[in-house]
Amino acid sequence: MTIEIKTNSVEPIRQTYGHIARRFGDKPATRYQEASYDLEAKTNFHYRPQWDPDYELNDERRTAIRMEDWYAVTDPRQFYYGAYVGNRAKMQEAAETSYGFCDKRNLLTRLPEETRHMLLRLLVPLRHLELGANMNNSKIAGEATATTVSQMHIYQAMDRLGIGQYLSRIALMIDGTTGAGLDESKGYWMDDALWQPMRKLVEDTLVVQDWFELTLIQNVLMDGLLFPLVYEKMDQWWEEQGAEDVSMLTEFMRDWYKDSQRWTNAMVKVVAGESEANLQQLQTWADQWEPEIYNALKPLAEASVGVEALNEVRAQLATRLKKFGLNTQGVSA
Amino acid sequence: MAVKNKKLNLKDKYQYLTRDMAWEPSYQKKEDIFPDEQFEGIKITDWSQWEDPFRLTMDAYWKYQAEKEKKLYAIFDAFAQNNGHQNISDARYVNALKLFLTGVSPLEHAAYQGYAKVGRQFSGAGARVACQMQAIDELRHSQTQQHAMSHYNKHFNGLHDAAYMHDRVWFLSVPKSFFDDARSAGPFEFLTAISFSFEYVLTNLLFVPFMSGAAYNGDMATVTFGFSAQSDEARHMTLGLEVIKFILEQHEDNVPIVQRWIDKWFWRGFRLLSLVSMMMDYMLPNKVMSWAEAWEVYYEQNGGALFKDLERYGIRPPKYQDVANDAKHHLSHQLWTTFYQYSQATNFHTWIPEKEEMDWMSEKYPETFDKYYRPRYEYLAKEAAAGRRFYNNTLPQLCQVCQVPTLFTEMGAPTKLSHRQLVHEGERYHFCSEACCDLFKDEPEKYVQAWLPVHQIYQGNCEGADVETVVQKYYHINIGEDNFEYVGSPDHKHWLSIKGQKPADQSKDAA
Amino acid sequence: MSQLVFIAFQDNDNARYMVEAIQEDNPEAEVQHQPAMIRIQAEKRLVINRETMEEKLGRDWDVQEMLIDVISIGGNVDEDDDHFILEWK
Repeated sequence: MTIEIKTNSVEPIRQTYGHIARRFGDKPATRYQEASYDLEAKTNFHYRPQWDPDYELNDERRTAIRMEDWYAVTDPRQFYYGAYVGNRAKMQEAAETSYGFCDKRNLLTRLPEETRHMLLRLLVPLRHLELGANMNNSKIAGEATATTVSQMHIYQAMDRLGIGQYLSRIALMIDGTTGAGLDESKGYWMDDALWQPMRKLVEDTLVVQDWFELTLIQNVLMDGLLFPLVYEKMDQWWEEQGAEDVSMLTEFMRDWYKDSQRWTNAMVKVVAGESEANLQQLQTWADQWEPEIYNALKPLAEASVGVEALNEVRAQLATRLKKFGLNTQGVSA
Repeated sequence: MAVKNKKLNLKDKYQYLTRDMAWEPSYQKKEDIFPDEQFEGIKITDWSQWEDPFRLTMDAYWKYQAEKEKKLYAIFDAFAQNNGHQNISDARYVNALKLFLTGVSPLEHAAYQGYAKVGRQFSGAGARVACQMQAIDELRHSQTQQHAMSHYNKHFNGLHDAAYMHDRVWFLSVPKSFFDDARSAGPFEFLTAISFSFEYVLTNLLFVPFMSGAAYNGDMATVTFGFSAQSDEARHMTLGLEVIKFILEQHEDNVPIVQRWIDKWFWRGFRLLSLVSMMMDYMLPNKVMSWAEAWEVYYEQNGGALFKDLERYGIRPPKYQDVANDAKHHLSHQLWTTFYQYSQATNFHTWIPEKEEMDWMSEKYPETFDKYYRPRYEYLAKEAAAGRRFYNNTLPQLCQVCQVPTLFTEMGAPTKLSHRQLVHEGERYHFCSEACCDLFKDEPEKYVQAWLPVHQIYQGNCEGADVETVVQKYYHINIGEDNFEYVGSPDHKHWLSIKGQKPADQSKDAA
Repeated sequence: MSQLVFIAFQDNDNARYMVEAIQEDNPEAEVQHQPAMIRIQAEKRLVINRETMEEKLGRDWDVQEMLIDVISIGGNVDEDDDHFILEWK
C-alpha cells in the first residue's frame, strides 16, 4: 500500500506543457523544445502599433513569405539561450587565448608598417559592416513571430556585435590602444573608393522593410560571399604578405561562419520548400541582391586576392543555393 | 606607431568597441534608416552624450552569462532528479507559480520582442546595443522560466498552457494589455514604460521579496531562476535610469512628455502589480514580508530617493502615487477576495487563509485587516463549511484601461467602490479609478481598441456563451483540475498523498 | 528626507567576501539578511572597491564579476576598473 502511494505521488501527471504536447505528443520534451515553441502572443492583441498601424504587434504579414507554420523553421544546433551562451563562451575562451598571446608577443606591432596599414584598410573596416549586420538581425528578431526563427536572429545579432568587437581589437593592438588605428580604418570605410560600394550596400540593407528579404540578403547572400572571401581566401593571402599571425585572430570568424551556415541552410531549405510562391519570391530577391553584393566585394578582392578568388566563392554559394532550388550567377562563372 | 600595448580601461574599451563602429550614413537618409525616432516628439540633439549604462563587451557577456546558466541548470537538474517539488512548504504555494507562469513569463517574451525592436529603432548605437543586450536577456528569462516550471508542470495542474492562456483568459489581459500598450508605443515611450517605470521603479516588488519568499517556501528552482534573472536586471535597471536622464538632459521640451509617461506607466505598473500583492500576502504559505512592507521599502523609500534625484530635471513623483501609497493597506485583500469568488474561471486555486495567516495579516495590516477583511473571510468560511462555497456567477465589469475588475475602493473610503465612466464618441466606457479614466482621456484612440475579455465573451468571440464552455474550450482550463477551491482539489489530494507517505523526521533524506 | 542607495546579493560564498569588503569601506552601511539574499543600504553613497575585494579574496578580482551575484540596486551607477559606486548626488 505504502509503495503504491509512493509511486503515485512521484509519477508525473503529464510529461510536458500542452503546447509542446500538441506538437510532439505528451512525452518528455527537450529543453530546446520547451524554450522555443509557441511562447509568443499570437492573438487578441489590444492595440495597433503606433509605428506601424497597418499590422498587429506579432503579425506574420510583415514579410511576403508565407508559411503554414513558421515553427517548421528550426535550429539544427538546437540553441536556446543557455546552449547558445555556453557554446559562445567556449569560442570566446579560445579567441581570448589567441588575442592575449598576440598582444603579449607584440605579433602585430612587429609587422612592417605597410602591412599594418593594409590590415587597417582591408580587414578592420569590416567592423562597420558587422554593426550593420547587428542592426539588421535585431530588426529581424523583433519582427519574426515564431521563437524558433526569431531567437536565431538575436543570437546572430549579438554574434555580429562580438565579431565587430574582435575586429576592432585588431586595430587597437596595432595602434597600441590609442584609437588612431580605428580612426584611420574608419576613414577608409567612409571615403576610400574601395569601400564605397560596400558601404552603400550596407546602408541600402538598412532600409529594407521585409524581414525575410533582409535575412536572405544579410545572413545568406552577403555572408555567403563575404566570409569565405575575407576569412578563407584572404586568410591565405595575409600569410603571403607575412601576416600569418592574423589568422589566429580571425579563427573565431571562421568557426562562427561554419556554425551559422547550419541554421541558414536549414531555414532557406524549409522556406523555399514550402511553396512555389516562396521559392519565386526568394529567387526574385536573390536576382536583385546577389549581383550587388558581388560588385560591392569586387574592389576588396581586386586589392587583395584577385577577382578569380571572388568568383570561386561565388560559385560555391551558387552550388549551396542550388540545393534549395535557387539559381544565382555563380554557376556559369 | 609600434608601442607597448597598455591594458584598456573599461570605459575606453567600451567606447572603442561599441558606438565607434557606427557611422554617419550618406547613401541613405538617416530618417529613412531610423524612421521611428521622431514621431513621439522627443528631441534628441546629441546622441554622443549617451552614457553607456554598463560596459559589457560580448566576450565578457558570453563568459559571465554562461557561468550563470551553468549554475542555474545544475540546480534545475538536481531539483527534478530529487523531486524537489515534494520539499516545498505547502502545495498552495504552487498557485503562485501558476500565476507567475501565465501572467509574468509571457511578458518576458514580449519584452524580448520589444527590446529587439527598439534595439534597431534608435539612431544612437550605444542605446541600441544596451537594448539588444536586454532583448537577449529577456529571452533568457522567458526560457529559463519555462525550464524552471517544467518539473512543477509534471506534478501539479494549471501550469500546462501558459502562453495560450495569456492570450485569452480574462485576468491575464491585465498583464497582456500592459505590455501591448508599451510595445505599440514609440521607442522612447517603450523605454520609459519598461526600462524606467517598470524595471527601475517597480519590478523589485515582484522579484526581490517574492523570490526571497520562494526560498522561504522551499522552492529551490524558482528562487534560483529568480535571482539569476535579477542579476541581469541590475543592468536593465541601470539602463532604465540612464534612459530617463538622457532624454531629460537632451531638451527641455522632453520634460512634460516624459512626465506624462511616468504618470501613466507608474499607474499602469501599479495596477499590474496588484496581482503580485495577492501572491505575496496570500499565496506564500511561509511569509517573508507583507505587500505593504515591500511597498514601503521598494517604492516609498527607494522610489522616493529616485524621484528626489530627478527633481533637478523638473520631474515630480508620479501623479497618482498617493492613491497607490494609500492602497497598500487594502490591495492584496481586495484582490484575493475577488479572485476567491471567480476561481471557477482561473487556472489556479484560491482558499480561505488559515487562522495563523489571518493573525499575521492582522499584525501586518493593523488598521484594515480586522476591520474590513477578516469578517469577509469568516463569513465565506462559514458558507464553505455549510457546503455553500461561494462563486460569483456574474461576469465582472472590467476597467477599459488596466482591465482589472472594478474592485478597488476610493482613497480614504475603503467601503466605497471606486468607479468612473465616460462617454466617448457615443460609447460608454468604464474605469476602476480616476487615474485609469485620465489615461483614457489622454489616448482614447488607443484604449478604445482594448480587447476586453468579458465583452468578447458577450460578443460570442470565445467559443461559447456560458462560462463553463469558455473556460474549458477557449481558455484550456481543465475543469475540476485547474480551477475552483484548493481544498479538495486534485493538487490538494496529491499533496496529502506526498506528505502521507513521508513522515516528518524523514523529510530531509530524499536525496 | 533620507535618500538611501542599496544593493542586494544572492546569499552565497561570494557574497560573504563582498559584504566584508563593503562593510570595511562603508562603515555606515546597514546589512540586512533575508531568505536567500543579503541587502545592504546606505545613505546617499555605497562603494565597492576592487582593491578591498582583492585583499579579501586573495586574488585578482574584476569589478564586473559581481554581475553574477547581484540581485538588485538602487542609485546612480558609476563603474570603472577600480570601483563600483552607487549614489544619489
